[in-house]
Amino acid sequence: MVLVPTAYAPSSNNKTSSWRTTRPVIDYSKCTRCMICWKFCPDVAIGVTFGEKLDYPNERFSKLEAPFINYDYCKGCGICASECPFDAIDMVQESEM
Amino acid sequence: MIILVIYLSIFSISCLGNRMYEIRFHGRGGQGAVTASKILATAAFKEGKWVTSFPFYGTERRGAPVAAFTRIDNNKVELRTQIYNPDSVILLDKSLMNIINVTDGLKENGLILINSKKNDVLSHPELKKFKVAVVDATSIAVRNKLGDPAHPIVNTAILGAYAKVSGIVKLESIIDATKELSPSKINENINAVKEAYEEVEVI
Amino acid sequence: MRAINKNWSIMTGNEAVALATKLAGVKFVSAYPITPQTAIVEKIAEMVANEKMDAKFIEVESEHSAMASVMGSELAGVRSFTASSSHGILYMHEMLNWVAGMRLPILMAVVNRSIGPPWNIWADHSDTMTQRDTGWMQLYGESNQEAMDTIILGYKLAENKDILLPIMVMQDAFTLSHTSEPVEIRDEEKVREFVGEFNLPFKIDINKPMGYGSLMPPDGPFMELKMDMKKSMYSGVNKFIEITKEFNETFDANFPGPVEGFMMDDADYALITLGSISSTAKHVVRNLRNQGKKVGLLRILLYRPFPKDLVINYLRGLKGFGVVDRSSTYGPFGSLYMDVISSIYGKLDIPAANFIAGLGGRDVRVVDFEEMFMRIMEGEDGEIWINAGVK
Repeated sequence: MVLVPTAYAPSSNNKTSSWRTTRPVIDYSKCTRCMICWKFCPDVAIGVTFGEKLDYPNERFSKLEAPFINYDYCKGCGICASECPFDAIDMVQESEM
Repeated sequence: MIILVIYLSIFSISCLGNRMYEIRFHGRGGQGAVTASKILATAAFKEGKWVTSFPFYGTERRGAPVAAFTRIDNNKVELRTQIYNPDSVILLDKSLMNIINVTDGLKENGLILINSKKNDVLSHPELKKFKVAVVDATSIAVRNKLGDPAHPIVNTAILGAYAKVSGIVKLESIIDATKELSPSKINENINAVKEAYEEVEVI
Repeated sequence: MRAINKNWSIMTGNEAVALATKLAGVKFVSAYPITPQTAIVEKIAEMVANEKMDAKFIEVESEHSAMASVMGSELAGVRSFTASSSHGILYMHEMLNWVAGMRLPILMAVVNRSIGPPWNIWADHSDTMTQRDTGWMQLYGESNQEAMDTIILGYKLAENKDILLPIMVMQDAFTLSHTSEPVEIRDEEKVREFVGEFNLPFKIDINKPMGYGSLMPPDGPFMELKMDMKKSMYSGVNKFIEITKEFNETFDANFPGPVEGFMMDDADYALITLGSISSTAKHVVRNLRNQGKKVGLLRILLYRPFPKDLVINYLRGLKGFGVVDRSSTYGPFGSLYMDVISSIYGKLDIPAANFIAGLGGRDVRVVDFEEMFMRIMEGEDGEIWINAGVK
């Protein structure tokens, strides 16, 4: 049998959170659920939540699915914060958390 | 019957001898020179010979001069060079005589078969060194509705004529190969082969 | 006279390759057309459309994507095939390394064509010579029969569980790809039995997720993987000899194997060649033998892995030889010459010339081979360009 560069471990085992020096934090009271952050995240580290009790800017947004950040994989690049049209994402120093 | 077979096999050996036979086709894009070289190869192959056939590839378009080649041998054909000194030249379009040197490298006393009416080629002094044969393949093709009158496809007719004047390959083999390789109008093509076989003249 | 009881057909090299993929049971084809390879892809697409070939064919927008998509299908455990030429090969260079490093036994037919500028569509080995170090095996055929047979042999060799490497199967542009000549069509059932079922040991399985080719640090088995590739590739020489023997018995054929010695037994001088010009060279060898000159020809069919021990055995006892390179590379000598000379280093001491011939489809004529033999018989060495020079 030949040697093959494969590993019986999915890349989801490879948690990249330790790469992060700043973390994005969503302020749900400003978030309109437009999902632009979810679209732009280069590491698919932003997911979608269903039916969670989250804050919202006003009643109209209360029934919509909301983005959430998976901190196991987020590398802290800040693209989501940069792209958010409502300034609803803050980049916070990890040391302050 | 057996005597006839023996006679035919002696005849074909005496024609080919122990050497390779090389044929060059000149035509214009769309006249079927490349297919003609393949039909001739297939016909000879059916008689037990070894063959190759290949086009000279340039930038192809309808109407541009094209050349194609066939090699026929009793042994497997090893040579993969271009053909420089053909034994025969087959000219599908006589107007090419004014553009290129169609007899370039043709062996002395080699055969040149021209798609033409007889009188049209008598004025060409450079043909004197060769055995010249003519057949009006264009009229035959038009008569058999091969291609359209402006662009008749003359390749099958000229091969019928070649079978007669060269003695390299039998009429039946050309007919068999034509059946195999004609994309359409099989009967018309076979008629053209037969008519040209009858009409060709050595001058 | 040839045997008449066989299934002969007059076909071009391109047609022979297309038919061979059908016979070998290829199930997935993805390719991008480029002259002179186009006819292979057209023929396969036609056979698939007419349901004469049970395979999936997809068009892609580039050669890079073609190689990427056959990589995907092969990983899923499906026997896959692609074909290209010239600049297409260069464009897939990155993926060629990936496919080899992932140990995927894909076959690719290459119709050898020169590399521009200037644009030139004719025969020359420069395209595949630039890819000789990508981890692909390389087979250079001499006839349309070999174009068909190397595909069949190739799948059996590539998919062997101790080899698992991709193979490029070469034929020369126009001199084979567009030349019609008799080819014996191998029996489909026998071919299927000969090639066998394809079973990739590490194929994608959704129930057992795996990482493929992910990051490996310097102390990970990176170097060991490369060592294993080289070991597998070089075990391919003997495996190829075994498979050739089995092929010849199964199909009553005379496929030569990794190298072919022609009139080499008592030869004093010989040429070493690749590809279709070997056929013309044989014709010249025969003629020179008739004139009493003891010459021979050694044809390299399997260029990667380079069958160095076989080459040494053939060259032993010669008074001189020449190596014909049909590619423009910029080492101190042509690539085939350097492979031969480094193989015999310290073992044989024979004067050897390097001939560069036939670039960009320039005809390598009978007189050119006669000149090469004359020059090695006069003891010339160094790099000599044949039938070239500003006129």
